[in-house]
Amino acid sequence: MTESSWPRNAWYAAAWSSEIEHELNARCLCDTHVVLYRRSDGDITALEDACWHRLLPLSLGKLDGDQVMCGYHGLKFDGSGRCTFMPSQPTINPSACVRAFPVVERHSLVWLWMGDPALADTDRVPDFHWNDDPQLAGRGGTFYSLACDYRLVVDNLMDLTHETFVHAGSIGHDAITRAPFDVTHTEREVTMERWMRNIDAPPFWARQLECGEAPVDRWHLIHFQAPSTVVGDVGIAHAGTGAPEGDRSQGVTGYFLAAITPETATTCHYFWNFVRDHHLADPQWTEYLHCAHVNDTGQGVYQQDEAVLEAQQKAVDRYDRAPFYNLNIDAGAMWARRLIDRMIEAEQIPRSARARTGESTLIHSQPAG
Amino acid sequence: MTIPARRQRVWQTARVARSEIIAEDVRLLDLVPDGPISAYTPGSHVDVQVPFVHDDGQQDSDIRSYSLIEDAAGEGCYRIAVKRVAHSRGGSRFMWSLCQGDTLPLAPPSNFFSLSYTCPEYLLVAGGIGITALHGMALSLARAGKSFRLLYCARSRDRLALAESLRTQLGDRLETRISDEGSRLDTAAEIAQLHPEGELYMCGPMALMDHIRDEWRRQGRAEWRLRHETFANSGRLATVPFTVAVENLGVEFEVPVNRSMLDALREHDVEILADCERGECGLCAVEVVAAEGEIDHRDVFMTRDQQRRSQHLCACVSRANGRVVIDTTRQGTFE
Repeated sequence: MTESSWPRNAWYAAAWSSEIEHELNARCLCDTHVVLYRRSDGDITALEDACWHRLLPLSLGKLDGDQVMCGYHGLKFDGSGRCTFMPSQPTINPSACVRAFPVVERHSLVWLWMGDPALADTDRVPDFHWNDDPQLAGRGGTFYSLACDYRLVVDNLMDLTHETFVHAGSIGHDAITRAPFDVTHTEREVTMERWMRNIDAPPFWARQLECGEAPVDRWHLIHFQAPSTVVGDVGIAHAGTGAPEGDRSQGVTGYFLAAITPETATTCHYFWNFVRDHHLADPQWTEYLHCAHVNDTGQGVYQQDEAVLEAQQKAVDRYDRAPFYNLNIDAGAMWARRLIDRMIEAEQIPRSARARTGESTLIHSQPAG
Repeated sequence: MTIPARRQRVWQTARVARSEIIAEDVRLLDLVPDGPISAYTPGSHVDVQVPFVHDDGQQDSDIRSYSLIEDAAGEGCYRIAVKRVAHSRGGSRFMWSLCQGDTLPLAPPSNFFSLSYTCPEYLLVAGGIGITALHGMALSLARAGKSFRLLYCARSRDRLALAESLRTQLGDRLETRISDEGSRLDTAAEIAQLHPEGELYMCGPMALMDHIRDEWRRQGRAEWRLRHETFANSGRLATVPFTVAVENLGVEFEVPVNRSMLDALREHDVEILADCERGECGLCAVEVVAAEGEIDHRDVFMTRDQQRRSQHLCACVSRANGRVVIDTTRQGTFE
């Protein structure tokens, strides 16, 4: 039985919409290589990146109109993956096709459904509306092939006490480790909430509120949607102006948006954005906040995370102790992992099948398609 | 007992957990493998080995493919439906003889008839027992919320296997055409009203599929949007023994009804290339030097014109009546 660490019946971000034009792009998601391109009608096609004939990646071929032509022997495939041309014969083998993946473009990202296409429900695309909300502004980026299990990124974002130690001097603050937190969960979502009242603002936030050393109330409202997106509602407001009760008029808010897509068991693609609710039209703020996360010095907040996460994965590979010890602060991450595990479990052929047939056999499922 | 070489297969033993008549001449069988069960996609089939006895009394077996209806893997079984055929080559008769608790060799599902989910519209046309290949597709398209219709053709109402449960799940998207009641498939009109980028999936008697294929071409539709699979276990002529003479080797032998010409060639140590063994790839196409009698081309590799000229035949699926003289020394593309 091949244990997968991700569910296949889910929408995963594969690219930013702006990255996909009328040309072939290769990606690997969930251990599956795909080729993406935009058709002339504006929609995006995602096909398995292996020619039916001799498995050469189709991404090494070229587009002929809206069809992909393999760069080896010229077989062509249309947007639904059907072979439309074979060399040196007038007919086409009826079974010749490559897998086509359901695609949705939403909130500036291209999402692929990697599981059973019959279950691809576009209502289940993760809510990422902050990403293209005109009332918010920002510029994100991507860590393609980040060298860690995608769940380590989820862990990272579901517990922000690490800010204190990994991101000291920007967003870190002792108050994070002192403030109590609440974790709530539903079938598909986990929320981690933490309020830090009447504290001094860390530099990253003090600059945005322009509050100097005046006391602030700070919040982390982190929202996980299974299997792998996290939206963080974070910010500060002048202390005692009612932010905990919902009045943020004396504060600034940022949303960090993370769509984390497993690439292999130990690598992932991390699509990130950080959008603010202030100075919307000012490109300098966009630049500043982008550089606070990722910049040429390699010391951006997310680059600090990158270093930790990749080092952590290397350590996980070295040690076989199963897998971690957990602390109270890991409750959010552990609930997130439990929801992921539930989704994976739901994709297995039910154990009741064994009972019903009275067979004591190993029962497992293979990926659909 | 020899098993024909058709594709490399891992055989399991499957037990019959249910055997039930569900319509006139149609039997439903639930097969529970003794190993792991695999989830499968619409259009998948399983292969089973069916035993038969040669005229000289020798025991032998052959392989039959059966479409899987609906996804019953969650119930722990592979579900198929088998039609009783009067002049069976052995498969139907054997499958109909199975009782609950019997066992037979089975190879896990494979799929040469995959369903896309990206088309704007789908038309599924089933003739008789052909419903088995389209049953799971219709249910999946319904689940995926796709636009489709299933046209189910049968001679009489009592032959509509699975129609009742399909009706419950598909509603008006299931339409029947019952020839005894004067309702017939209007192929031209159905194809004409299908979305230009829609796909048509068909499974049924050769005559029905030929008719649809001809109309599909006549209306200038893209060949690859007409979907069908190629078990090639039926042809335009009856399946009878025939004689093959391999001119370049000076050997001559009979191909029995339970053997393909390719199998017979192999058994007589005639070396020949083959791959798909479903009449698609053309690797086993041999040159026909002469034919006394008719050749029944059951492949989809050659064009109709090429089949009419009969200068070649695909040994894996095609048959003949009478005697065929072939030459196995030359291969390549042909006119």
